[in-house]
Amino acid sequence: MTANGLNPTRRVLDNGVTVIAKANHTTPAVSLLIGVRTGAYADPIDREGTAALCARVLDRGTVTRPADVIADDLDGRGASLSVVTGRHQMAISATCLSDDFGAVLALAADVARHPAFDDAEVNTRRADLISSIRQDEDNPAPMAVDAFARALYGSHPYARKVRGSVASVESIRRQDLVRFYQKGFQPQAITVVVVGDLAEDAATAAIAKAMGDWSTGGDKPPRGDKPPRGDKPPRGDKPPRGDKPPRGDKPSGLSVGGETAPVPDAVAPAERQLVTVPMMNKAQADLAYGFVGIRRAHPDYTAFSVMNNALGQYAIGGRLGDSIRERQGMAYYVFSSLDASLGEGPFTIRAGVSADNVERAIASIDAELTAVLQSGFTPQEIDESKSYLVGSLPRQLETNAAIASFLLNVDFFDLGLDYDARLPGLIQSVTLDAATDAARRLLAPSRATIAVAGPWPAKP
Amino acid sequence: MLDNGLKVLVQEVHTAPLASVWCWYRVGSKDETPGVTGVSHWVEHMNFKGTRNIPRDQVKGIIEKFGGSWNGYTWIDQTTYLETASKDALDRMLFIEAERMDACLYDPADCESERTVIISELQGGENDPEQLLDTEVTAAAFKVHPYHHPTIGWLSDLQTMSREDLYGHYRRYYVPSNATIVVVGDVDSDDVVKRVAAHFGSIPSGSRPARVRQVEPEQQAERRVVLRKEGTTAYWKAAFHAPAFTDDAFFPLLVADAVLNGAAGLNIWSGGGVSRPQRSARLYRALVDGGLASSVSGALMPTEHPYLYSLSVSVAEGRSLAAVEEVVLKEVERLQRDGITPAEFTKVNAQLRARFVYDGDSVTDIAHQLGYFETIGSWRNYHDLRTRLDAVAPEAVHAAAVKYLTPANRTIGWFEPVVGIGDPGSGIRATGPAR
Repeated sequence: MTANGLNPTRRVLDNGVTVIAKANHTTPAVSLLIGVRTGAYADPIDREGTAALCARVLDRGTVTRPADVIADDLDGRGASLSVVTGRHQMAISATCLSDDFGAVLALAADVARHPAFDDAEVNTRRADLISSIRQDEDNPAPMAVDAFARALYGSHPYARKVRGSVASVESIRRQDLVRFYQKGFQPQAITVVVVGDLAEDAATAAIAKAMGDWSTGGDKPPRGDKPPRGDKPPRGDKPPRGDKPPRGDKPSGLSVGGETAPVPDAVAPAERQLVTVPMMNKAQADLAYGFVGIRRAHPDYTAFSVMNNALGQYAIGGRLGDSIRERQGMAYYVFSSLDASLGEGPFTIRAGVSADNVERAIASIDAELTAVLQSGFTPQEIDESKSYLVGSLPRQLETNAAIASFLLNVDFFDLGLDYDARLPGLIQSVTLDAATDAARRLLAPSRATIAVAGPWPAKP
Repeated sequence: MLDNGLKVLVQEVHTAPLASVWCWYRVGSKDETPGVTGVSHWVEHMNFKGTRNIPRDQVKGIIEKFGGSWNGYTWIDQTTYLETASKDALDRMLFIEAERMDACLYDPADCESERTVIISELQGGENDPEQLLDTEVTAAAFKVHPYHHPTIGWLSDLQTMSREDLYGHYRRYYVPSNATIVVVGDVDSDDVVKRVAAHFGSIPSGSRPARVRQVEPEQQAERRVVLRKEGTTAYWKAAFHAPAFTDDAFFPLLVADAVLNGAAGLNIWSGGGVSRPQRSARLYRALVDGGLASSVSGALMPTEHPYLYSLSVSVAEGRSLAAVEEVVLKEVERLQRDGITPAEFTKVNAQLRARFVYDGDSVTDIAHQLGYFETIGSWRNYHDLRTRLDAVAPEAVHAAAVKYLTPANRTIGWFEPVVGIGDPGSGIRATGPAR
C-alpha cells in the first residue's frame, strides 16, 4: 500500500459485472474473488442451509467440466478454489501462481456461470454438510452462538442459521439449489476482484473476456430450467432487484426476499434473557452475551467500531480481556465483535470459561459494561484504539487475499474505492464522546441476551 | 551472531512499510521432564506479563500504538514470540524482545492467576474430540521420547507446578546462546544488526542448555487407542513414526502425503493461508467422494527429532469407523505395493512448489519460516526447499512408503461417540432472567 492508498482500477462491464483489479508483485501469485450478492438470507424459509449447500456443490462440476476434471486441473497447478457463503454474500475464492491465472480464471468463471448441480454431487455434499452440522452440535462454541442468535432475534431472519439444521438440509433438493442459483447469480450481482502479480489492465481484460458475455437472466441454465432473458436490467450499484420466478417454476417455500427487500429492523429484546445448552460431556463452557447491533450503513459506524475495539479487542480483548483474562485469570479467551451488515447484525461478547466460573464471568461482563456506561471510556483508551486501528491498516492490507476481500467489501457496502485512504481520517475523527455515546446506544446489561453452552448448570 | 551467542537473521523485503520481528528459543515441550509438563507453554504466557522496564500495565499497548500485532506460541521443539508492525516500531519491537529474554518478572500472583487461564485453555481443547484423540494417539505412539506428552501439559502438572519451576525454566532456556532473532521487512540489514547489538549485546550468554537424549525405540507392533465418549461424530486417526525434517526421507514422505491428501506445505503458522488442493488426492476420492467421510487430512510436521506422520478422518454421519479404516489401510497398502504414478508425481511437485510460494506470503510468514527452520535444523533450509524437493525421485517416494507406513510402525485411534443423556441438539432451554 502506498501513501495514496491502494488505488485499484474498477470497471463495470456492459452486462453489469463489476471488475476491480489491483497489482501487487510481492509474490508470483494471484488471488481471485468472484463475489455474488446473495447468501443464506435468500434461503427459502423452510430450507435453511440452501446457500451453504449451494456453495458446497457449485464447484463440483459444470455443464462441460465434470467434477473430477475440475479437481485434476486445479490440483495439477497447486491452485486452491473454494466457495464461501455468508448471510448476504457468497464468493468463489481462488489462489494460484500468476502463470496459471488464465486457466484458473476460466475454470472459476465456468463454475460461476454453468454449474451442473449433478444429483450425485448434491447427495454427497448434503451428507458432508450434515456431518459438519453434527460436529458443531458437539462443540459448545457454535452451539452458544446459535442459541444466542435465536434468542436475540426471535422471528427476525437473522435468527436463522447460515448452515441450516440437519432437518432443513435433509429437505433441500436439487431444484432448490437451481432456483437459488438462478435467482442470485446474475451478472449485475457479481463483483470480481483480482489482486496479485498481474497488470491491472490485463487482469481487467481477462475478466471481461471470461464474464463479458454473461447475459442477464443467466447463461444456458442447468438442465432446462429457464430460458435466457433478453431484457436488460437496471444498472447501478444497488443489489439486483428480484425477478419474477422463472416460468414454470413452482416455489416450494416462500423466499424471505433474497436481496430484493431491505433487511427489516430487528426488535431488540426488552428484557434480559438467559438460554442454556447443557452439554455435560464437555470440559468447558462457551458463552455469548450481547445485543442487536447496527447496520454497516449506520452513519456512526466508525465510532461503534472504535468502541468495540476499546471494549473487547484492543491487545488481548480490550477492557473485557484485561478484566476477565488478565486480572481474574478466568478465561483463555474473551472478546467482542461487531457484525454490522446490510441489517443490524449482532454485537457479541464471547468467552470460554470453566463451568464454575460462568456466573462470575457474566457478572464481570455486566460490571465492565456498567462501568463504561457510567464513566465512559478514558481518553487514553480511545486514543490507543484509534492509533491501533489506523496503524494496523498496512499490515491488514499486506497479502493478496486480504486486499481482495477488503476491496470486495468496499464494493459490497458501497464505501468508495478510496475507502482505505479515507479510513485513517474517519477513525481519527471519532471523539471520546462519540465512542462512549456509541457504547450507551448499544450496551444495556438489563436487556442483554446471554447464551451458555457446556457443562452448566451443573447437575444437582 | 553476537558475541554472546545470539544469532541474528535479517531479510530485506521492501514491498510494504512493515517489519516483522520474531524471537525464537530452542525449547519446547520435548525439553520438559515428568512433573512439569506444560512448563514451556506456561512460561510463554508469563513472558507477556511485564518486565523490569515495561511495567505490567504498559505491556498492553506498546506495539498496538504502532498498529502492530503480537503473539507467541509454544510447540514441541520451540517457543517463539513475534511482533509485526510499521517499520517505525522496529526499535520498540527489539526492546520488547530483549526485555523478554532477560527481565521478566514472574510475580507470584500473576503466576497463580495464569494457572486458571492455562487450565481453561486445556479444557477448551478437551472440548474438541479430535484434539482428545490426537493427545491419546501421540501419547501411545511415544513410550520413551518426550514427544509423548502434549504441549499444554498434563492437568495434574498444571495444578501443582510452582513459581520456582516456571522461573527456573525461564532462566535455563532464555539465554542468547539458545535464541535466534529474525527480522524481515522494510529494513536495512546493517542497521538491524546494530540495533540488535545495542539491545541484546549486554545480556550474558548463559550456558547452552542440555539437549534431549532419549531416542524412541523402534515400534514393534501396532498400537490401538479406542476412546468411547459422548459425542456426535466418529473420528479415525493413524500415526506412523516418521523421519525428522533434516532426514533424507522427509521430502519423499512429504510427496507421498501429497499423493494421498494433496500438498500441505511447510508453514505451520499460517498453513499457507489457502486450503490444500486435495480433491484429486487418493484418500479424498476414496473417502469423501466415496461418502465414507466428511474430511480427511494428512500431516507430516517438520520437527527436530523423528515425530509422526498422521492421517485423520472425520467419519460421515451413519458410516462406521471400521469401514473408514478398511479403505484407508487399503490405500496405504496400495501405495506401498505400487508406488505413485508419473502423473501424480508431476502433479504433487507442482502443488508443493506453489505451496512453498504461499508459505512466504507476508513478511510475518517469511520471518516465521526462517526462524522455525532454524529451531529444527538451520534457517538455510528455507532456501533449500525447492532443491530438496527436486532431488526426490518417484522410487524414493515408494521406498519411504514401504519403510514408514507399515502396520508395526503405526498407532491407530478411534473416537467412538456414544449417545449421552439428552441430545445436545435438542437441549436448549430458557431459564429466564439471569443473575
